[in-house]
Formats: sequence, C-alpha cells, structure tokens
Amino acid sequence: MTMPRQNTPNINSFKRIVGNLYTFYRDGFSQMILGKKLWKIILIKLFVMFVILKLFFFPNYLNTKFETDEEKGNYVLEQITRNVP
Amino acid sequence: MDFDLSLVNWSRAQFALTAMYHWLFVPLTLGLSFLCAFFESIYVRTENEEWKGITKFWMTLFGINFAIGVATGIILEFEFGTNWSNYSWIVGDIFGAPLAIEGIFAFFLEATFFAVMFFGWNRVSKKFHLFSTWMVAVGSNLSAVWILVANGWMQNPVGMMFNPETARFEMQSFFDVVFNPVAVSKFVHTSSSGFVMASLFVLTVSSWYLIKGRHVQMAKKSIVVASVFGLLSSGFVVFNGDESAYVVAQKQPMKLAAIEGLYKGQTAAPIVAAGILNPKKQPGDDQDPFLVKVEIPYLLSLLANRSLNSFVPGVDDLIYGNEAQNIEGVGPKIARGKTALQDLAQFKQARKENNSQAADLALAKFRKNQDYMGYGYLNKPEDAVPPVATPYYAFHIMVALGSLFPVIFAVFLYFTLKGSLVRQKWLLPIGLISGLLGLMAQQSGWVVAEVGRQPWAINGLLPVQAATSNLSASNVQVTFFMFLGLFTLLLLAEISIMLKQISIGPEGGTLK
Repeated sequence: MTMPRQNTPNINSFKRIVGNLYTFYRDGFSQMILGKKLWKIILIKLFVMFVILKLFFFPNYLNTKFETDEEKGNYVLEQITRNVP
Repeated sequence: MDFDLSLVNWSRAQFALTAMYHWLFVPLTLGLSFLCAFFESIYVRTENEEWKGITKFWMTLFGINFAIGVATGIILEFEFGTNWSNYSWIVGDIFGAPLAIEGIFAFFLEATFFAVMFFGWNRVSKKFHLFSTWMVAVGSNLSAVWILVANGWMQNPVGMMFNPETARFEMQSFFDVVFNPVAVSKFVHTSSSGFVMASLFVLTVSSWYLIKGRHVQMAKKSIVVASVFGLLSSGFVVFNGDESAYVVAQKQPMKLAAIEGLYKGQTAAPIVAAGILNPKKQPGDDQDPFLVKVEIPYLLSLLANRSLNSFVPGVDDLIYGNEAQNIEGVGPKIARGKTALQDLAQFKQARKENNSQAADLALAKFRKNQDYMGYGYLNKPEDAVPPVATPYYAFHIMVALGSLFPVIFAVFLYFTLKGSLVRQKWLLPIGLISGLLGLMAQQSGWVVAEVGRQPWAINGLLPVQAATSNLSASNVQVTFFMFLGLFTLLLLAEISIMLKQISIGPEGGTLK
C-alpha cells in the first residue's frame, strides 16, 4: 500500500529533470542567431557527406561485392597474394 | 610486383587532401578549448565581467571552427572503405575499438557538455558551466588519443598477429596498442602543438584588434593568457619533439634518415640545421646529398640515440645493409617477404582444396617470415625509400617555425606586461601572421609523419600499393576534384563567418 506513495516523488523528480533538459535544449536552439547559420552548414555538410558522397561515390567496396566476412576475408587474401610468382 | 600506381597515387593524394583539410580545424579545437577554459576560470575566480566577455568571444570563434570542422574526419573513413578496402579490412580488428571509443566519446561529450557551454550561460551555476567548459577541453583532447593510437599503430604495428584465415591483423594486447611508444609520443606532440596553434590564433586576432585600435583591453588580456599558454606549450613541444625524434630513430630509422637527408650513416652524426638538397642525388651513388648545408655537430646522434658518439644509419645503410653496424639491408628482407607471400598463397590454395595438412604446413612456414611480408611487395631495395625531399623540407620548416614560436610568445608577453605592446609597430604584424605560420608548422608536421613513412601503409607489413581497392584511377580522380571543390567552399564559409565575427568583436556575445 505504501509503494506508490514512495515512488511518486522519484517519478516527479525524473519528470522534472527530463522537462528541464527539454526546456534547456529547446530554448538554447530557439535563441540561436549565428548558431542557426552554423547548424545549417553542419546539416548541409552532413547531407552532402552521407546522402550524396557515401551513397553515390563512396560505397564500401567490400560490402558492395560480398555479404559475409568469410567472403571478404577470402577476397582480400586473394588480392594481397594475387601477384605472387 | 605490378600495381596501378596512378590509382595508388590518386588515392594517396585524395587521402592527403582530406587529412590536411581536416587538420586545419583540429589543432585549433584542441588548443582553443583549453584557452576558453582558462579565460572562464579567470572570470569565475575574479568575477570580473570583462573576462566573461573575453570568454564568450573566444568561445564563439571556437564554436565556428568546431562547426565547420566537425565530421570532416568522417570522409577519411569513407575513403578507407572505398579506396583502401584491402587495408581497411586488414586493420579492421585493430582500429575498430579505438575508433568506436572515439565516436561514442565524442557524441556524449558534444551532446552534453558542449551544449551547456553554449546554451548554459545564466542557466546553470557558474561552477557547473566552468566544469562543462573544462570537460569539453579535456574530452576533445582525449578524443584525439584514439585517432592517434590508430595512427601510431600504422607507424609501429604492435600488440597483434596476422591471421591468414581471416586476412586480418588481430589484436593480441589492447594495452600494447594503446601504450605503443609511437602513439604516446604522437599524442603528446600533436596535442601540445595544437595548444601552440591556438595560442598563435589568439595572437593573430588580438594583434589585428591592436593594429586597428579596437578592443584594446580585451586584446591585451587575451595576449597575456595566450602567450603564457603558448610559451609553456611550445617549450613542451620542443621537449616532446625530442622524444618523438628518438622514437622515430628507434622504430622508423628510414624516416629519420629521410627527414635529415642522411644517406651515409655516421658516428657522432651532426644534424643539418639548414640546407638545400641535391635534387640529382640517388640512393647508392657517390654524389653529395646537399648543395649547401649548415650543420650542428653531434646533435643527430644525441637526438637519435641519446649518445653523442653513437652511429646513426643513413638511407644507404638501411637499404643496402651495413655489416659493421649489424644492419640488415632491404634485399634479404624482400627475399624473406616474398617467401612469406608464397607461403601465404600456398596456405590459401591448400585451404581452398580442403587440404588441412598442407595448409598447416604452409602456415607454419609463413609464421617464420611473417614480419617481413610487406617487403615481399617491393621489387628492389630502393623501393623502401620515401621521397626524401618532401619530408626533409617539411621537417626543417616545422622545426624552424617551432623554434620561432617560443620567441614570439616571450616577446609578446614581455611587451604586454611592460605596457608598451601597442607601441611596438614592428611586432604586431608578426603577431598578425603568426597564426598562418602555426598552420604551416601543423601541416608540415603531418607531411613529415605521413610522407616520411612511405612506402608503408603499415610499417614493414603492408605497402600502400597493396592496400588499395581494385578501382579505376578515374573514379578516384573524380572524387578528388569533387572534394577539392567542397573543401574550398567550406573553407571559404569558415573564413567568411570567422572574419565577420572577429569584425563584430566581443559585442557579438556568445554563440547564439
């Protein structure tokens, strides 16, 4: 019978911490001026890197050709011994 | 062995371009974070609002540098996967842990303390804000540890064994990898040189204000803190640079010979303080390596072996051998390396044929020469020599500038404390360009480290030509020029935003 009463302050303080954190970040982001410009640059940069460069120009060479680690290991072993006389 | 050198060279050029671009931002982040912590500590201690303004101003420039530089290092990881897939696979087990730790560490640091640093003014207690600023400084530098552990391992591979079953170097001792002497000396040298770089940046911006007669008090106060930090850090850089050279001499003697233009080894070897290399000089010939040079007696022996009369091997000793000094040449190593690769190929064939007895036999034979496997990819002893001129000139530029910086800091500190800095019209332009000189020293340092270790991707075990993917050179050329465009745009963005913020000055307040 006493359990819910004991837990209530903990739950409330947890909610308060989460609420404070949310407000902290929300206010911080909403009050940015120069920061907004910098965030735009960061987001554009990340888009160019992960969506354009990674997808179209920088696929992981081994992942595109093989599925298992065993296949990749065999291929690399083949590559590093391919010119052995 | 035949390799597509144009692919190798374009891949190297692209990696170098990305790494050098990335390295424009990193040293400033490493050092400016500590300077912000110093400024804020003075503010919290004195409760003088002027120091708060100073802290916020430099914190804003730190934020701009961080925002433009953040994630540029990720491109290097893309390049590993695409252009250097053999290498990437082979070292995956070694690099996985340090790079994962770095990624997780950076994420938590940036999501928590970084946010408090910029959003937390007047919202958290002064002491907690200061604690957060210190945590950003300490965390940024600890982040660098893991990258340099990975780089140190490439220069001096320890704590691992090659597993032919998986075609990977597998970690045997995390402790050996982390406390690799090359990694330790590299981290200490790199981070402290970042402190010097950031101190020079503060001198540059502050000198500009003093020339313009703006924000004079802020500029002078900033110069005092930056000069003290810069003076201590540059002294430490000289000290740990000596340790770095000692470690290079012990672990990568060819690199030391290249950066000194030393072809014929010498007892009581002098160091070349300055000199112009003979461009026609080739290993093994009798030409003088220098057209002109100024030497300091005994210093190279002292630097390399901590003994004035010790022998320092030159390029010729290392590639052709020197029986008197018990140095094995590259020729016998190439023979042993080729035997190791043949045994590895036999192991692969036996395994394919499910002949476990033959596979075990080939593996046992491979183990005898595995430490030389990288030499098996070389065609002649001269292939083990890096392009001497590049690391030689880069090293001497770095050392000359590194010797100049403590003098600059000392002179700035002296005149600032004397109260006559503004009247030193000759000194302020030097302060103005000192940041550029710092960048030049930073980039030269990496050229020494990376060009000096050629032809190796992993020292002695994997040369760059065996580390690349089986791509066409044109693919890499396209992305090289794409990066050149992207990096130029980003750099212009940084310079433009940074200059605008500097022009606004401390009135711009904190990064919002």
